[in-house]
Amino acid sequence: MSSAPEISHAGEPAPLAEAPPRDLAPLVAELRAAVGDDWVYTQEHQLRTYESDGLLQYHVIPGAAVLPGSAAEVQAVVRACAQADVPWVARGAGSGLSGGALPISDGILIVLSRLKRVLDVDLENQRVCVEPGVTNLAVTAAVAPQLFYPPDPSSQIVCSIGGNLAENSGGAHCFKYGFTTNYVCGIELVLPDGEMIQLGGKELDPLGYDLLGAFVGSEGTLGIATKAWLRVMPAPETTRTLVSFFDTTRQAGEVVSEIVQAGIVPGAIEMMDELAIQASEEMAHAGYPVGRGAALLIELDGAERECEARFDEVVAICEKCGSDDVRVAKDEAERQLFWKSRKAAFPAMGRLSPNYFVQDGVIPRTKLPEVLERLDELSEEYGMRVANVFHAGDGNLHPLVCYDGRVEGEAEKAEELSGLILDACLDAGGSITGEHGVGVDKKKHMPKMFDEPDLAAFQMLRCAFDPAGLANPGKVMPTPRLCGEVPGPYRIHPLEAAGLAERF
Amino acid sequence: MATAEVTTERPGSPEEAAKLLRSLGEAGKAVRVRGGGTKLDWGGIGEPVAVELEMGGMAKILEHNVGDLTAVLQAGVPFAEAQAAFAEEGQMLALDPPLGEAEAATVGGVIATADSGPLRHRYGGARDLIVGISLALSDGTLAKAGGKVIKNVAGYDLAKLFTGSQGTLGLIVGVTVRLHPKPEGTATAVGASDDAEQLAKAATLLAGLPLEADSLDAAWQDGSGRLLARFGGATAAEQAEAAAEHMREAGLDGVQALEDDEELWADLRAAQRAARGEAGDEASGRGRGASLKVSARITDLGPAIRTAEAAGGSLVSRAAHGLSWITLDSGDLVRRVAGVRDALQPRPVVLLDGPAELRRELDPWGPLDPGALVVMKRLKERFDTTRIFRPGAFVGGI
Repeated sequence: MSSAPEISHAGEPAPLAEAPPRDLAPLVAELRAAVGDDWVYTQEHQLRTYESDGLLQYHVIPGAAVLPGSAAEVQAVVRACAQADVPWVARGAGSGLSGGALPISDGILIVLSRLKRVLDVDLENQRVCVEPGVTNLAVTAAVAPQLFYPPDPSSQIVCSIGGNLAENSGGAHCFKYGFTTNYVCGIELVLPDGEMIQLGGKELDPLGYDLLGAFVGSEGTLGIATKAWLRVMPAPETTRTLVSFFDTTRQAGEVVSEIVQAGIVPGAIEMMDELAIQASEEMAHAGYPVGRGAALLIELDGAERECEARFDEVVAICEKCGSDDVRVAKDEAERQLFWKSRKAAFPAMGRLSPNYFVQDGVIPRTKLPEVLERLDELSEEYGMRVANVFHAGDGNLHPLVCYDGRVEGEAEKAEELSGLILDACLDAGGSITGEHGVGVDKKKHMPKMFDEPDLAAFQMLRCAFDPAGLANPGKVMPTPRLCGEVPGPYRIHPLEAAGLAERF
Repeated sequence: MATAEVTTERPGSPEEAAKLLRSLGEAGKAVRVRGGGTKLDWGGIGEPVAVELEMGGMAKILEHNVGDLTAVLQAGVPFAEAQAAFAEEGQMLALDPPLGEAEAATVGGVIATADSGPLRHRYGGARDLIVGISLALSDGTLAKAGGKVIKNVAGYDLAKLFTGSQGTLGLIVGVTVRLHPKPEGTATAVGASDDAEQLAKAATLLAGLPLEADSLDAAWQDGSGRLLARFGGATAAEQAEAAAEHMREAGLDGVQALEDDEELWADLRAAQRAARGEAGDEASGRGRGASLKVSARITDLGPAIRTAEAAGGSLVSRAAHGLSWITLDSGDLVRRVAGVRDALQPRPVVLLDGPAELRRELDPWGPLDPGALVVMKRLKERFDTTRIFRPGAFVGGI
């Protein structure tokens, strides 16, 4: 999504210890045996495809890429890596925006795009079971029109469920419906040691610790899901959508507050500022008034009676807060146009600026006016334009920092500004990422949000799943860590482990 | 068990709690965390504990961010007190577990047990409403995860890991939760049937409709059942009337829509924990009953009702989630609980409330994926390094 060029500090995660480059040849031979010659890539021209995910300024050529065709093959690949003590990175559609699927130069990239079967559609029980390479949109397609799958990241045409699980993807409608983690009720999981386990299934509330809750959003560091059972819901009876324009973002922000305080929970509330409106209009041609200070896209969905009653209230709030231009979608075509305009804001920015960074930060919604003021100050100080697109309901900001990569030093300056935006979010009590993840891009910001004991607790979780540290090392945590020995007196009995080894 | 030897500690701050835990860890003294004491039965008997850590000293509502619909709570806050504070601003924590009202269930206890009530239908469970957590671990560290905003993917989701961990990984010191607007009006459609299959069919039908009900419960007792759909919002009564029409079409009897529905739902919540109400009377030799939680599917409601009835029990079900609570009165519980498990296997059936003899006789949790259990044991080792938090009380003897 970002059109940033390479920047100089881009690179792979630091290795855990100084070591000579690994000889991957014996492992590659094993991988070939496991998945077939055709599905193991070692030539640079083959591997170039995978050097970056959706965040193009980071690129690393993996040691080899392997494309398993079944869960059993994924298990064989992971087990072979474990035996060879070689780290690996899992990759879905490669649309992630934090460098979470950035390869390791002397590691293996496990590409899951061949695992794209919808395994079970159970309409009565409102469950779908898919392989990780199935796209987000294909889940809803499998159960439409009666049911739908609520998480809807804007890349939903291409992004895969496996990637959604790794990133705990949200989307425009998550203020009302929640995130991926609220809709995953089971997974089949290959652990980094090659064991395969099942967590949950079609039923809710599996026994024991909530490993599912820990896994979803763990950015590929705890294992590879080879199946996912997803909850789908009855599709809303009705959907009403409007776009409303204001002179200032402050007015638009007031609307959001009033709506929420009135007890209304819209499916989506999206805000664009002046620059974002201008960009999106240049691309989508929806007849938006270029020059207005802010636009709100508000969508209510649900039971028809409730939706109609509430929608009238929303229109009244928009007018009360100073909008003289409220446009209600007459039909599905107009609704689609509204959404097209909103979604065009990112790519359209390329028409206004040679390059831009997409930032992803979160603030408590009530802090919006002061954070926007701070963003304006920063924009002025750096002499760079910042366009703002927000998931306003949940306070998720996507400032777009515009710059010209052809000018020496601009990319670095823009990146610095981008980082200061995150500081502003944290100062307001927010988070460094609402949906793009930490990956490799934001790990340096983690210590601003979490103290050492917090990071140590994260590592405890990671070590319980991946004691050898082979799954996507160098991501999420600000500095590489080893697991070390388990302290304390309690150990799993060797016989217990031996018994399990037989079971799988 | 030598209960007389259990001492009570009441730390007044997270720092005090962490210090206490560290010294207990060094001394190898096992500890049990106590909130309101409404779910002390839950879990395995486990190994004897030396200390009960009582949460009354950490019971402050730290923040109620009205405009942001979030709250930061110390774990010892009585659940009812938090709800009363939120209600003053027309808001609620969308959890309504049994005994969360008049009785003394605490926020931390509800989170640690992942207990829930009828509102789960619309808003999800404790795991879906918690956005941040503060922990004290047995090595004396204080750690946090998540944040104070409702959308956040930075770091690992330890809040979910600790939700439902039954006090076996560490001490939940405080939580940040997402709040929701409290609906101004509510109304409920209710219909009845003596035919379990017909009731189950009606429940499946309603679960599949885009009703946006707040709650959708089925209940069964003494040969007859009810289906209840509750609505909130500006048009609650009209929505309940529409749901009532669907119930009539599904052939349910005595269908009506009620606006005065508070008691109806209070009764249902109470029914979910009815076994606890049946307090043992040792003088008369009458024992206590048992409550079981069944994790099943929407289409399992019919078999769940038949199973409950065959065991001489009653049932409350979150119909669209496939979750049911079966209550058995006293008498011959080991055999009857085993019978329920046999009939419903492989669905997990967890024993919640029940007399100690029963929990000694059978594993309250039941079997789980052995590979998953290995990871859980590793988690226990990593987080509870001195193994002091309720040792032996959780799944697989964790």
